[in-house]
Amino acid sequence: MTETLLDVEKVSKRFGGFVALNDITLRVGRGERLGLIGPNGSGKSTLVNCICGTLRNETGVVTFNGQRLDGLPAHRRTRLGLARSFQLPRPFHTMTLTENVQVPILYAAQSRGHQGPTALRAGANALLDMVGLAEKAGKRPADLTQIEMRKLELAKAMASDPQMLIADEVMAGLSHREVDEILALLMKLNEAGVTFIMIEHIMRAVLAFSQRLVVLVAGRKIADGLPQEVIRDDDVVAAYLGR
Amino acid sequence: MDVTLDLLGNAILSGLLLGGFYAAVTIGISISFGMLDIVNIAHPAFILLGSYTAYIANSMFGFDPILTSIVLLPAFYLLGMAIYTVYDLSFERRGDASIRGLAFFFGLLFITEVTLILVFGVDYRLVEAVYIGPSLHLGPLDLPLRLLVPAVVALMLIAALQVFMSQTFVGRAVKAVAQDPIALRLMAANPSRIKRIAFGLSIATCSIAGAILIIIQPVEPSIARDYIGRVFAICVMGGLGSFGGTILAAMVLGVVESLTTTIYGPSWSPAVAFGFLLLTLAVRPAGLFGRG
Amino acid sequence: MAANLRFTVGAVIVAALVLLAARLIDNQYAYFAGYVVLQYIVLATAWNILGGYTGYVNFGTAAFFAIGAYGTVVLHKTTSLPLPVMIAIGGVLSGFVGLGMGYLTLRLRGTFFSIATLAMAVVVQTLITNWDFVGGSRGAYVIRPQKSPILGGNYIEYLFLLMLVLSVIAVVVARAIQHSRLGLGFASIRDDEGAAETSGVPTLRLKLIATVLSGGFMGMAGAPLPYYVTYLDPASGFSLSYAVNTIAMPLIGGTSSWLGPVIGAVLLGTLQQVATVTISSALSLLIVGVLLVLFVVAAPRGIVGWFQR
Repeated sequence: MTETLLDVEKVSKRFGGFVALNDITLRVGRGERLGLIGPNGSGKSTLVNCICGTLRNETGVVTFNGQRLDGLPAHRRTRLGLARSFQLPRPFHTMTLTENVQVPILYAAQSRGHQGPTALRAGANALLDMVGLAEKAGKRPADLTQIEMRKLELAKAMASDPQMLIADEVMAGLSHREVDEILALLMKLNEAGVTFIMIEHIMRAVLAFSQRLVVLVAGRKIADGLPQEVIRDDDVVAAYLGR
Repeated sequence: MDVTLDLLGNAILSGLLLGGFYAAVTIGISISFGMLDIVNIAHPAFILLGSYTAYIANSMFGFDPILTSIVLLPAFYLLGMAIYTVYDLSFERRGDASIRGLAFFFGLLFITEVTLILVFGVDYRLVEAVYIGPSLHLGPLDLPLRLLVPAVVALMLIAALQVFMSQTFVGRAVKAVAQDPIALRLMAANPSRIKRIAFGLSIATCSIAGAILIIIQPVEPSIARDYIGRVFAICVMGGLGSFGGTILAAMVLGVVESLTTTIYGPSWSPAVAFGFLLLTLAVRPAGLFGRG
Repeated sequence: MAANLRFTVGAVIVAALVLLAARLIDNQYAYFAGYVVLQYIVLATAWNILGGYTGYVNFGTAAFFAIGAYGTVVLHKTTSLPLPVMIAIGGVLSGFVGLGMGYLTLRLRGTFFSIATLAMAVVVQTLITNWDFVGGSRGAYVIRPQKSPILGGNYIEYLFLLMLVLSVIAVVVARAIQHSRLGLGFASIRDDEGAAETSGVPTLRLKLIATVLSGGFMGMAGAPLPYYVTYLDPASGFSLSYAVNTIAMPLIGGTSSWLGPVIGAVLLGTLQQVATVTISSALSLLIVGVLLVLFVVAAPRGIVGWFQR
């Protein structure tokens, strides 16, 4: 196995009496494409929030790139190279697309050293070009279609120059062709060295993309292995189809 | 000042009664802010409006302030519905409720205050009723009816609202809106309509709260502001939208304020509520009696 | 940088023209009225750095403003520092209060912050009212010197000049922020704080910076007040009209750029100066309240918004 990039060790999270995550342990190797699936409310988003620092896990340790993340605020984790996209795109709606992408460039990618405004603009344009939004650089998010919004969300996540990207349902609601388009984009990023965790309900997309599949049900990890084996696992089938 | 045990006992008792009154002042905010997430900082201004309508009815026709306020409930309810309609169209539908919504209510607060100044001037106004003046005596303790009657009316108001919220369809729908507006839409109820009703109710409580305010103390237009801190402090401490928590928090604040007045003097009491609020926000934003 | 410099030069030229015009009018009332309008330019611009840029609504303008004013009262009684130094001290004091306030409440949702600022205004007012050294509820008298220490003329002309300089500084700073990395960070907080944080924006630190800057400028705007009014009591120092005006002016002018608060302050400030003289001060405040509500309901992007796409 390759070097471990993200190491989630016995992470638990409760809301009042409700146990949202129960002793989750998970390792992701550098360059890997991991799929994370589970029914609604199984704790996928809670896990992402604990990894990214939006929520604090009560117990357990998250290590990224050899560094323990305990108590680090979300923006510090982003600066370490841990990016995410939101399930419902959350663009900065008063800004142009260029400015949208400039925020993570300025605050995450360039947080260690400054480049000039020319490099900044070039960087922003390159990102928008990569996701195919170059012509709309001066527009505002309100002018975008559904899939363009998802692409902007990806461009924003990539703008922080991440080592790992957690893609939270980036394809929900898209057409068959659009799903393929996004999948191709993600593959391209992965080839460039970005490690992925993909959370997705569209099984076709997860199976096509993932090298490994992890299944969460009711806050527990019930399966972790090769996609084709996992989806034939009795527990997984039972959890998805109901008993 | 020499603080005797008797004085302390009386301070605590009047603090509890004051707390009952504070609960009535806050209950509307518990609905609008606690349940609907509408930051109606103009709420105390509407309470003052209730005080002045009670004052007019009392000074011109000699009507009882509390009876007047009950008769005027529908008018305040309609006023609340009207305000919510404007708020809904201008802010909630545009998904732009935060800054402009706050400024909107701040403007309403200010307009109400200045209008009251223009109409009534800055003099203190008061009402007359048989229960203002006499006291019951229980050993060394005094129970001024001026405080007792408002506290009883306040608790009755809250009890009535509690019954409404738990027993009627609309009441339960309001609670559902507070928890999950999307679920409510799936139930085919219109959240906008439910919220309009709830906001109407919250403003309707101002009629009664205003009447008992002017029974407890003479009013002038700027005192609304003193109550902003109190109502939000109580609402937040009480755990946002919980009626029981509101009563408890109101009692705590009433007693602490009353003790402060007795021990340090009345000029310090406005700071108590706000100090409480700042502390609650800083230490325990879920409320002293809230969950979590 | 070059653009900022050009803007600063332009702002100084405009200020010099304003001063020249005031000298030509040469009417004491013009200085008194002009001072108030300039003071509102500083206050509205300061409010907008936090409220307009980051989206956190501060109802406690009066508290920051009064801290600056009462700072001057204390310094006037204890020292013989020149007024510009007192202004700087007032700014630092208010900035620190902003910092403390921010640490307490900026972790919370924006609405709680707003309510807390209202609360803070009353707490500060209660403290001042109970502080005998600065006159308590009776108020304090400050003797205004006769002559301006520079450029000749009356002391009121000096106060006018100081407020003019302060408004140039405030506007230049506000504009520089708007077009900087900091300004982009502020705007990201206003648009979506959670998304800003995941984009690497240290939201808490940026909000603290905005609160300190905003509070600091409000304190500086308040510092010369005792010399302007010569008698300062809590009721006037903490008047609600400061809070209403500083919110109404940016919202009416437009909150997304430095220009909005300036337009709002000049329009509303002048309107009130005229209305106070010709009608009544209560009615002129009513006009502000009504305009505020009308604008937030009907013209959410303010006057500046009319000229943008």
